Amino acid sequence: MEKRYVKDRLRRSMMFVPGNNPGMIADSRIYGADSIMFDLEDSVAYTEKDAARLLVYNALKTLDFGKKEIVVRINDLASGLGVKDLEAIVPAGVHVVRLPKTDSAQDVIDCEREIVRIEEKHGIPVGSTGMMAAIESANGVLNAREIAHASDRLIGIALGAEDYVTDLKTTRADGIELLFARSMILNAARSAGIAALDTVYSDVNNEEGFLAEVELIRKLGFDGKSVINPRQIGSLHRAFIPSEKDLQKAYAIMDAIAEANARGSGVASLKGKMIDRPVVIRAQRLIALAEADSAAEEE
Amino acid sequence: MELKQTAMAGTMESSDIMVTIEPKSEGGIELELTSSVMQQFGRRIEEVIRETLQGLGVENAAVNAVDKGALDCTVRARVSAAALRAAGQEEYPWEVGQ
Repeated sequence: MEKRYVKDRLRRSMMFVPGNNPGMIADSRIYGADSIMFDLEDSVAYTEKDAARLLVYNALKTLDFGKKEIVVRINDLASGLGVKDLEAIVPAGVHVVRLPKTDSAQDVIDCEREIVRIEEKHGIPVGSTGMMAAIESANGVLNAREIAHASDRLIGIALGAEDYVTDLKTTRADGIELLFARSMILNAARSAGIAALDTVYSDVNNEEGFLAEVELIRKLGFDGKSVINPRQIGSLHRAFIPSEKDLQKAYAIMDAIAEANARGSGVASLKGKMIDRPVVIRAQRLIALAEADSAAEEE
Repeated sequence: MELKQTAMAGTMESSDIMVTIEPKSEGGIELELTSSVMQQFGRRIEEVIRETLQGLGVENAAVNAVDKGALDCTVRARVSAAALRAAGQEEYPWEVGQ
């Protein structure tokens, strides 16, 4: 079966595009985000939900987004709107459905059940559509591990910070307020072998604050971050590109491994230091990231 | 699809089209279109509007459309939204894309 989504791919940036804005939808491909996320939830007024759903449906069916990953954030199922959104976007060919306000594994299972029903109704191979879950509450954070393991369709889990800090009775500050949630979500994602995606940085005029946050989440191990303004994409991507020095070292490690293999030796070393397995894995990832970056640039 | 009331969809923003549909009992589709790209695309926009209404089974209506450079997919979306609102209907025949 050909799936619409790729589980393991470059996801440094996931750009929010309001689902009822035709101009932004039409231009969304040109900004260079790794994933484009059309939003049917918070950026759409309640009275325009029907119009946005039709707009995103027709855009998905008609426009060419190249090799971009196309995500649609639906409304939550409890609102009564989420299933209507799925009825439109699953047949239209969405790659990944982003489920908001995920509090438990059951939320993922309930959403997947609806996707299965719609895939079957339209003769789409069951399992073609990917999912991701946004965690936006204390309950969701504490259930992050079960959420991350709730479906094979999940490509990742994401933190939605605005609702989360409100639930915690705090506000967005320097990042300390999100330390536990980020750590939980990251570890939950890794335990399920899926992507960990950070929340938006909404003060688009504060470049310094944005870069500090990007550096923090990169160090923690996140794959990337949601962005609300195309201006944030370039600097976000640059922060994730390996330095030339690190890249050269990674190639040297892989050369040493290849040489050791050729000699029939199980032990490789570089400049007198033995190369352990985790070092090899990190070098492979770094090279893969650099290659994915240049492939994305060419696109 | 039976229209019951006058309804609108879309905005006057760039790349959008604002569509107003009014029910009529006879006379087919009466279309009044203004567009910022009338000369180049007027005929195409009219074609998409008529096709979309036909697809939804709307036979008689007065349609006013103010286009600000909308793509075909936007025209289809706004006409469909206005028609569904005019019919007071939520059901839509969603189909599989390419």
